[in-house]
Amino acid sequence: MWRDNLRGIYYIALKDMRTYYLKPPSISWGIIFPTAWILAFYLRNPVGFEELVPGLIAMTILFSTTAAEAVVINFELRLGSLERLLLAPISLSSVLLGKVFGGAVFGLIMAAVVTIGSIVGLGLSPNVPYLILVIIPSSLAFSSLGALLCVSVREVFEAQTLLNLPRFIMIFLCGVVRPVSAMPTILQYLAYTMPLTYTVDGLQHSFSTTSSTMVFIDTLVLTGFFIIFIFPAIKLLSKKFE
Amino acid sequence: MREAWDVGMGGKVVIQALNLTKLYGEVLAVDHISFEVERGEVFGFLGPNGAGKTTTIRMLTGLSKPTEGEASVLGFDISSEIVEAKRRIGVVPEISNLYDELSAIDNLLFMAQLYGVPRSERRRRAEELLKIFGLYERRDSFFRTFSRGMKRALTIAAALIHNPELLFLDEPTAGLDIVAARSLRNLISNLRQQGITIFLTTHYLEEADLLCDRVAILVKGKILKIDSPKALKELTNSCSLEDAFIKITGLSPTIMAIEKERKV
Repeated sequence: MWRDNLRGIYYIALKDMRTYYLKPPSISWGIIFPTAWILAFYLRNPVGFEELVPGLIAMTILFSTTAAEAVVINFELRLGSLERLLLAPISLSSVLLGKVFGGAVFGLIMAAVVTIGSIVGLGLSPNVPYLILVIIPSSLAFSSLGALLCVSVREVFEAQTLLNLPRFIMIFLCGVVRPVSAMPTILQYLAYTMPLTYTVDGLQHSFSTTSSTMVFIDTLVLTGFFIIFIFPAIKLLSKKFE
Repeated sequence: MREAWDVGMGGKVVIQALNLTKLYGEVLAVDHISFEVERGEVFGFLGPNGAGKTTTIRMLTGLSKPTEGEASVLGFDISSEIVEAKRRIGVVPEISNLYDELSAIDNLLFMAQLYGVPRSERRRRAEELLKIFGLYERRDSFFRTFSRGMKRALTIAAALIHNPELLFLDEPTAGLDIVAARSLRNLISNLRQQGITIFLTTHYLEEADLLCDRVAILVKGKILKIDSPKALKELTNSCSLEDAFIKITGLSPTIMAIEKERKV
């Protein structure tokens, strides 16, 4: 049974990559939006741009994974093709995990483009294993957050609208716009309940190679967020098909 | 209920439902229905819109959980062993929901991957089905470019990729033109000759008369009668299944005509 489920996860993720990565909502929210944001920051302040790199990579992962989830889940919910996957001899959890991995890979590809671009373009020398330790669980956490919100609505535009609320709250509180330590105490508490804060923190440590402990803690917390988001997402999807 | 040896993978009975019930909020979609489908037969579920036909298929194929009652498909309990049943059944939903962005052959290959068809057999099986359904020449065309009839045919082909023993067809000819519908009915007859058991829902009574060995007449979630079309016609002294249906259900011919229009 577990072999069937693993096979299902793999082929669903693969099919989603082939089918949905070039859909307009994936391109606009997952590629154009982060690119425009990066360019805006660069043009505003080319000299201090290096400091913004971790935040921009984090934001790229957030937007690309969640945008991909809205497409891979809501297109199929609307067209009924998600039901086709649920008719296969695999568990409902595997179907959703396939969708989450498909979105996470899109996030990884986008993050790799921005990271490599920053390293080559700006001559940065981050700790690559640390980067991997942060980027992979971040992609999974944001992808599962996307799945959780997307399964509760039907249309892609509804999903994108719903996703914008946590996206923008996280961007303003994650430490990119203003360091978390400089925020009022209540906002600091709020910031530490959000996964993007740990992605930014982990990436900042990866670029400064100061503390491996902090990177490991961020990795663990982000993995925890992935688990926290995926279970209710599975529950919600299963409720839809009761 | 039948003896255990008679039900299941090798047995005579492939679907057994007992008091199957589905409640959506306060709406009783399926109301304590019981029936059996035997191996090799074409069993039709007939009824107007909202009779509970699709809901029954959804419960039997694991897309929806029964509120009450029990059922087994090929000997597997639908509540606890549905994955085992899914390996051996094919489902053609009312909507042709394959992937617009994939070609005909890629759609079939994806289904083969999902159902665990051995790698060495996938392409051969997909090409064989494309030939049977007359779509081989269009194997590299995207699903979105297909006509409604071709989409329907490919959806049936996708449901057969893993050689199922039992095929669920939900309104297979709804919305098709006369030629496409006739060609699809021929395909269904051929599947039956190959020994595949077919569970069919339709509101086209002439289609049921032509294809089904036995039919269940369903109205407002309840089964009113189960028998062969011939027996139902004899029972009601009718010359067509449509007349028999109207006599059994008490529905007016006008309502039936409206139902047909709606589906098209």
